[in-house]
Amino acid sequence: MILNFLALCTLFATLAALPRLILGPTAADRILAAQLAGTGTVATLIVLGAADNAPAMFDTALVFAALSAVTGLAFVALRRKRL
Amino acid sequence: MTPILYVLGLTLTTAGVGFLLIAALGVWRLPDVMSRLHALTKADTAGLTLIALGAACLTGRLDTLLALGLCIILVGLSGATMGHLIARTHLSETDSE
Repeated sequence: MILNFLALCTLFATLAALPRLILGPTAADRILAAQLAGTGTVATLIVLGAADNAPAMFDTALVFAALSAVTGLAFVALRRKRL
Repeated sequence: MTPILYVLGLTLTTAGVGFLLIAALGVWRLPDVMSRLHALTKADTAGLTLIALGAACLTGRLDTLLALGLCIILVGLSGATMGHLIARTHLSETDSE
């Protein structure tokens, strides 16, 4: 019960980055908000896995962590090439 | 599950969620790219590490520690590296203008 509420809190933390993702004045703001959304998703999955005692959620969280790392790398690499 | 482990896991997870909420608040409200980056990189990694440790305590099994430890290492490494790279890209762009 408490853990489900905590998962809701992490989901709110993920959604709080959304205005920055849409409005963000610079591209760095947007990729920063995307990184926060990635980490928030990983945290939400981990808390949900702990709430349901389902370790498969932790593997899903691992996949999300790897994907969000690739996202940031792609931003930096493409930006560097364009300059 | 022993009660001590349950209370420890719940405390760690709650602290991590607090860190994550503070990071989200910082990214949402702070006025500048650099200050947002400052709020994100530290609070984010700390929050996720605390949450993963708390979840490992809550499940009380050793085999979940592999996936959670890998999560911590991956997010820690990529978060720290990405903070530096985003800051460097942003600085080189603002200098070239």
